[in-house]
Amino acid sequence: MGRYLARRLLQFIPVVVGTMFLLHYMTMLSIQFGGDPIRALFGDNPPPAQVIEAMRARFGLDNGCLEQKGNPCVGIFWDRMLQYLQFDFGINFRGREITDLVGERWPVTLRLTLIAIIFETIVGVILGVMAGLRKDKFVDNFVRFSTTLLIAFPTFVFGVIIQVLVALALGDWIKAQDYFPTWFKAMFTPVFLSDYPWLSLVIPGLVLGAFSLAAIARLTRTSLIENLRSDYVRTARAKGLAQRRVIGVHTLRNSLIPVVTYIGIDVGTLLGGALVTERIFNIPGVGGLVFQSVTQKDSTVVIAVVTMLTLVFLTANLIVDVFYAVLDPRIRYE
Amino acid sequence: MSDPAMSLQEGPPAEQTEPAKDANRSLWGDAWYELKRNPIFWVASTMAIFVILLAVFPFLWTNADPSTCRLANSREKPSADHWFGYTFQGCDMWAKVVYGASKSLAVAALATTFTTIIGITMGTLAGFFPGWVDTIISRVTDIFFGLPFLLGAVVFLQLFQIRNVWTITTVLTLLGWTTLTRIMRGSVLSTKNKDYVDAARALGATNGHIVFKHILPNAIAPVFVLSTIALGGYIGAEATLTFLGVGFQQPNTTWGLLIQEGQPYALQGDPHLLVIPCAFVVVTVLAFILLGDALRDALDPRNR
Amino acid sequence: MTETTIESKRGTENEVLANLPWDANAPLLEVDNLQVEFHTRDGVAKAINGVSFTLDAGETLGILGESGCGKSVTAQAIMGILDIPPAKITGGSIKLNGVDLLQLDEKTRRHVRANKIAIIFQDALSALNPVFTVGWQLAELYRKHSGASRAQAKAKAVDLLKLVRIPAAEQRVNAFPHQFSGGMRQRVMIAMALALEPDIIIADEPTTALDVTVQAQVMQLLADLQKSQNMGLILITHDMGVVADVVDKITVMYAGDAVERADVYQIYERPAHPYTKALLESIPRVDMKGQELAAIKGLPPPLTQLPPGCSFQPRCRFAKDRCTTEDPPLYDVPGNRKSACHYWEEVFNS
Repeated sequence: MGRYLARRLLQFIPVVVGTMFLLHYMTMLSIQFGGDPIRALFGDNPPPAQVIEAMRARFGLDNGCLEQKGNPCVGIFWDRMLQYLQFDFGINFRGREITDLVGERWPVTLRLTLIAIIFETIVGVILGVMAGLRKDKFVDNFVRFSTTLLIAFPTFVFGVIIQVLVALALGDWIKAQDYFPTWFKAMFTPVFLSDYPWLSLVIPGLVLGAFSLAAIARLTRTSLIENLRSDYVRTARAKGLAQRRVIGVHTLRNSLIPVVTYIGIDVGTLLGGALVTERIFNIPGVGGLVFQSVTQKDSTVVIAVVTMLTLVFLTANLIVDVFYAVLDPRIRYE
Repeated sequence: MSDPAMSLQEGPPAEQTEPAKDANRSLWGDAWYELKRNPIFWVASTMAIFVILLAVFPFLWTNADPSTCRLANSREKPSADHWFGYTFQGCDMWAKVVYGASKSLAVAALATTFTTIIGITMGTLAGFFPGWVDTIISRVTDIFFGLPFLLGAVVFLQLFQIRNVWTITTVLTLLGWTTLTRIMRGSVLSTKNKDYVDAARALGATNGHIVFKHILPNAIAPVFVLSTIALGGYIGAEATLTFLGVGFQQPNTTWGLLIQEGQPYALQGDPHLLVIPCAFVVVTVLAFILLGDALRDALDPRNR
Repeated sequence: MTETTIESKRGTENEVLANLPWDANAPLLEVDNLQVEFHTRDGVAKAINGVSFTLDAGETLGILGESGCGKSVTAQAIMGILDIPPAKITGGSIKLNGVDLLQLDEKTRRHVRANKIAIIFQDALSALNPVFTVGWQLAELYRKHSGASRAQAKAKAVDLLKLVRIPAAEQRVNAFPHQFSGGMRQRVMIAMALALEPDIIIADEPTTALDVTVQAQVMQLLADLQKSQNMGLILITHDMGVVADVVDKITVMYAGDAVERADVYQIYERPAHPYTKALLESIPRVDMKGQELAAIKGLPPPLTQLPPGCSFQPRCRFAKDRCTTEDPPLYDVPGNRKSACHYWEEVFNS
């Protein structure tokens, strides 16, 4: 276990640095080929040249290497890494610290993604197990059909449609009924309510987790069916164990190993999806911040926040890998 | 010690009762035989061909010009004459949807082609040459994999002043090639250890001969399955990026733009402005997912 | 074999077993006219069409045949672990001391497994659960069948590992299956089968996945333990060489039929079925060096499309017209033997 952990940590550092550099280099290339983001900020009415120069200097965009197409600008990368290490992620175009902006918003996004992860894991695994145990029966066909359909819905399409159907149509009806408590009504609103920091995130959370729910259900199903055919499950039956134990102990644990790995990768999907969900439901989270900054062409914020989210994603993957080793001794003793 | 005819290991009974198929039918021949019998394949390919025809020959499907719009018709509901109603700007929704298909599909088709080519090349190199080639490709893949798809795409696209088919395709390709590379690498690694590859090597075949004659034809199947599904995924991704404001921009006509434009009005009581373009996106994505699933089942019936 | 004793916490399982109408005079195991079908999308495969044999305590029965002849299906039918569907037992009986196992409800049947009949599978690496320690998997039997505590069960697991001669059993008990060598893993499988001191052990190709030298050790261990515990052993194999040393009698299977039953010496001396004869002739022998090996021509028929009449007839050099129309019954052969061949005398005397 110790050696596995050490090796995994050792792999983690170059991947983090590599991904950071990739993000940096792509940004540099975009600026070198796409043009100056400061000028783009003002569109057709540019302010005097001195103002633009001053802003360039302020955001570190006055570096000569930005003029040379293809130059990786290692100097800028180095400076930026040093700043990140001191938790200095820069300022937005209005002069506010980006760490402050994120600090205000991350609890909302954390709640949103937590709701999504809990929902998709529990419901996805249950659906997958039901389908896998009754292969080719009604439940299985139903789960296969509905998950295929769900996967075909891009998150934003699903989100806007759920917003119209559930939060508006159904929500209006619910609000008109006196016997529903206020907190229940708060759940069915098309927007975020700061008085109900968890409940008003339930529907956005379900939307965010819907795609991965379908993926988890299918993964669980396939992996369960494969394991049910395996020799060690036959051994468990030959040992005279009850069916419940054969499935619950000998099959399920093995079948959930790929699901755990998937959830690690899924953190990335969810953080991207939060952009979409927070935009649709007007949620003041980190994704909403990215979207807002995109609209305002504030690329410093976009890059800094995406950098933070990428770090969160990589760390989540590291944690999942450790968990994976706990579940599967073959990895642990490799 | 025992009869050579009996040295075969005992397998599960189901395998021995497989039908006596033509012995000389290839992997792909078998797959086609299975596909033909799968109704989902026919439904999905009909849907996919319909969408492709919309994209390539939009003028065959509508007389209306998507750019001649009359504000008097704004937000008109679907009627017998105009099944899909009118958009906010008073354009015929059917014409908009028909003409909107081409850009979405072009991006998806190009991104799929590029990622598949890169994935097959890199995956084969990494799988076939262990050592430093594999190490470098695998580490680079890890690094690209570390960047969540949507987040990466937003960062790069928002820096571009002009966003057209090529810029969007480039970004989708850059972020999408890793999955296919990993799949191809795994597939090549397992094919490489097959006896017929050892046999070819023992007969003095060159690396090129082994790769093109023995490994590629047998290792490529999972990549095609995934590429088909990915094509649907890229359509969804392009629409998502456009919806977020970093994809296509007005005055283009694409499904993502139609959805973005329709969303506020749907909340005010004109759901058709939203539902119709959404339906086209979903049906298209669904078609390619089903097609990929059918292909996977045909290539490996055991994993249904 | 046990140094640690367990006082049963849950008497129910043993009570259920004790209350079954056992008949002390009946054979230990009597399989009569067993028939199993597999329902696949390509039609019905007749995996077993009327297999019969008996087994007594302390006796070893070899079941011999090519891949896909129904050997493993027979074993799984006796254990009651066939996948139903696609499998379906369409006829016959499996009597353990006079009790027909096929008539028991699933719960009682479950108690019979491991307590009365246990099985050893071919490939121990895939037959052991990769995510649990070997000790845990052995202990589970005591915990779930005898109601032992975790500590008691673990101690019993160590005893078992010692019994199958695994060195450093106290340490190895905490290891995972992938940390064992092939031979050691197969010993663990044997330990698992022995755990509850069953009356019968079915060994389904127990040595096929092992190296030849290890094969002999494992086979010897199995034979020793069977002798000392006076169990009935069913040894399923395709390898005539393995059979000769350890078994008392043999049932030869072909395409789901038991085609010949006899004592081991009778079979080797004078086979009474053309298939058995062909099998024996295909064994390489040192005294026949330089001569061509007599391989059996052709392949067994697919079980979904069995030929009319005798299933071996397309490959049989003794076949006559009658064989293509009339399914041969089991004829009595002198010496208390059986052969499913119309022309057994011809084979017997050739």
